[in-house]
Amino acid sequence: MAIYLTKESKVLVQGMTGAEGMKHTRRMLAAGTNVVGGVNPRKAGRSVDFDDRAVPVFGSVAEGMAATGADVTVVFVPPAFAKAAVTEAADAGIPLAVVITEGIPVHDAVAFQAHAAARGTRVIGPNCPGLITPGQSNAGIIPADITRSGRVGLVSKSGTLTYQLMYELRDIGFTTCVGIGGDPVIGTTHIDCLAAFQDDPDTELIVLIGEIGGDAEERAAAYVRDHVTKPVVAYIAGFTAPEGKTMGHAGAIVSGSSGTARAKKEALEAAGVAVGSTPTETARLVLDRLTD
Amino acid sequence: MDLYEYQARELFEEHGILVPKAEVTDAPREAREIARRLGGRVVVKAQVKTGGRGKAGGVKLAADPAAAELTARQILGMDIKGHTVGKVMLAQPVDIEAEFYVSYVLDRAAGRFLAIASAEGGMDIEEVAATRPEAVARIPVDPAEGVTTARAAQIARAAGLPAQTVDVLVRLWDVLVREDAVLVEVNPLVKTSGGQILALDGKVTLDDNARFRQQRWGAQESAHDDALEAAAAAKGLNYVKLDGEVGVIGNGAGLVMSTLDVVAGCGARPANFLDIGGGASAQIMADGLSVILSDPAVKSVFVNVFGGITACDAVADGIVQALESVRLTKPLVVRLDGNSAAQGRAILDERAHPLVEQATTMDGAARRAADLANAH
Repeated sequence: MAIYLTKESKVLVQGMTGAEGMKHTRRMLAAGTNVVGGVNPRKAGRSVDFDDRAVPVFGSVAEGMAATGADVTVVFVPPAFAKAAVTEAADAGIPLAVVITEGIPVHDAVAFQAHAAARGTRVIGPNCPGLITPGQSNAGIIPADITRSGRVGLVSKSGTLTYQLMYELRDIGFTTCVGIGGDPVIGTTHIDCLAAFQDDPDTELIVLIGEIGGDAEERAAAYVRDHVTKPVVAYIAGFTAPEGKTMGHAGAIVSGSSGTARAKKEALEAAGVAVGSTPTETARLVLDRLTD
Repeated sequence: MDLYEYQARELFEEHGILVPKAEVTDAPREAREIARRLGGRVVVKAQVKTGGRGKAGGVKLAADPAAAELTARQILGMDIKGHTVGKVMLAQPVDIEAEFYVSYVLDRAAGRFLAIASAEGGMDIEEVAATRPEAVARIPVDPAEGVTTARAAQIARAAGLPAQTVDVLVRLWDVLVREDAVLVEVNPLVKTSGGQILALDGKVTLDDNARFRQQRWGAQESAHDDALEAAAAAKGLNYVKLDGEVGVIGNGAGLVMSTLDVVAGCGARPANFLDIGGGASAQIMADGLSVILSDPAVKSVFVNVFGGITACDAVADGIVQALESVRLTKPLVVRLDGNSAAQGRAILDERAHPLVEQATTMDGAARRAADLANAH
């Protein structure tokens, strides 16, 4: 089992014919993802060859869904076009839209998240690496070969910290790893993933990675306390970040006294979550709990 | 990006919100001329992107043009919470009858904007919210609808603001949307003894992600307070200056933030945040190294790369090539892990630069970089 993405998932790629879209579609296919089509109105009717596989290009998400039964779209379009791309996907009724694009204006994200939510489309991201169910499917840009299928579920605001933990815990393996993104306005949250992992019978332990900015981790801590019975191990980045400076991710900023790493760590620990002081120690905490 | 008060004032004025007559300058002599044009008696206000300037002596009333020059001379160059005052704004004083607070802020948890308003303006709104929460109205704004006259009337009513503020609330929403701002705040919004509604002081934060469609603020954006940050920005690097001795380069915002913490946990202070992203080419590595090595506070450098999509051998090649164009003057500790880490380490071993050493774990590398910095 897994959450949100399995080997049955049929994946469209919006922006497949661009440089990033091409590169990562090839990687997704190599990881076993069932990529059933790309979307580009200017190249509709053609197909793109990826090694031994020809992937058709459709004029719209709706056409692609009608022709293939696609239920996931991965969005690689440039920031200026992301709002239109996600809006189109939601209007077509796709269940899951994974938005990789970095640098989307906040007003656009607010608009398309509200639009998607109203139409029942789950959005992961934006500004995220996507999600992977190792051995089954990979929707986004997470490197597929650094870990394997196993019993840990992972949800993270950060791409490279996800990779680091995937690698450190490669012998244990993962059910699904979800990168929810580092923007201030995101679709799927830590809490959504905690709920899904709690319900997934194959996930034995959940790793939660957070960082400075907002209060998503504090709210996740309250959710763990009230609803999660599986062990949760967390890591928070940004203890040394100064107030008022954006640290790489648009959402990673301490404003006044809110959004600090310390407050997040304390909230998680109060909810019974073990919080590692480094990524490596976090991996060790996971191993300790799984071998008990 | 935060705007200065005078820039926020300019935006408000363009969108039809009444503001006091004011001009900005960086020269005391000119302050005298401006005061004369404004009628003699003026308020001289330091232009800094931080709160609490009144308490720090950055806002003063001057009775006449000569006093305005003198006051401007005192305030220009003043340090307010680490910000040097480069400009002052001189504004016509206003007779205040009542002070209010209004803002639109991003509610990250809800994924939408929130109108915050209070009839108790002029002070710290967080303090008002903490001590008298009932005095602060918080109304979510539907993104598809925006702030219509009806919504603005609801906000004004909820906060106990006079009906005249409805028009300002609608126009302020216009500032937020049209200018791609993520925060607009007017504190105080005042009612004058003449019955006018005036935005006396304002704060606007623009969305850096919207720069591609908002050309006008391009020049201000490069005005970094810190020289190293300005140099890094000119090279397109994602760099933040910090107050430590261990220079840090890494790939991915989360990993770099984590690296800073791990360095701090080893008893040293990180000198900077620098995320070179996924590519980690020789050019970006060379650019990053040259910025960090030009920081006189740096005593050692920690390069922390996890090879995900980028293979570590490509990163190692980048470091080797960067060493051709940058003269290394401080010890460099490199940790390569993940995709093709063994090949990457072999490339650095072969180069055998006397100031470059490797560590196989992030924690071990951080300890070594911290020890090298502390040994100086």
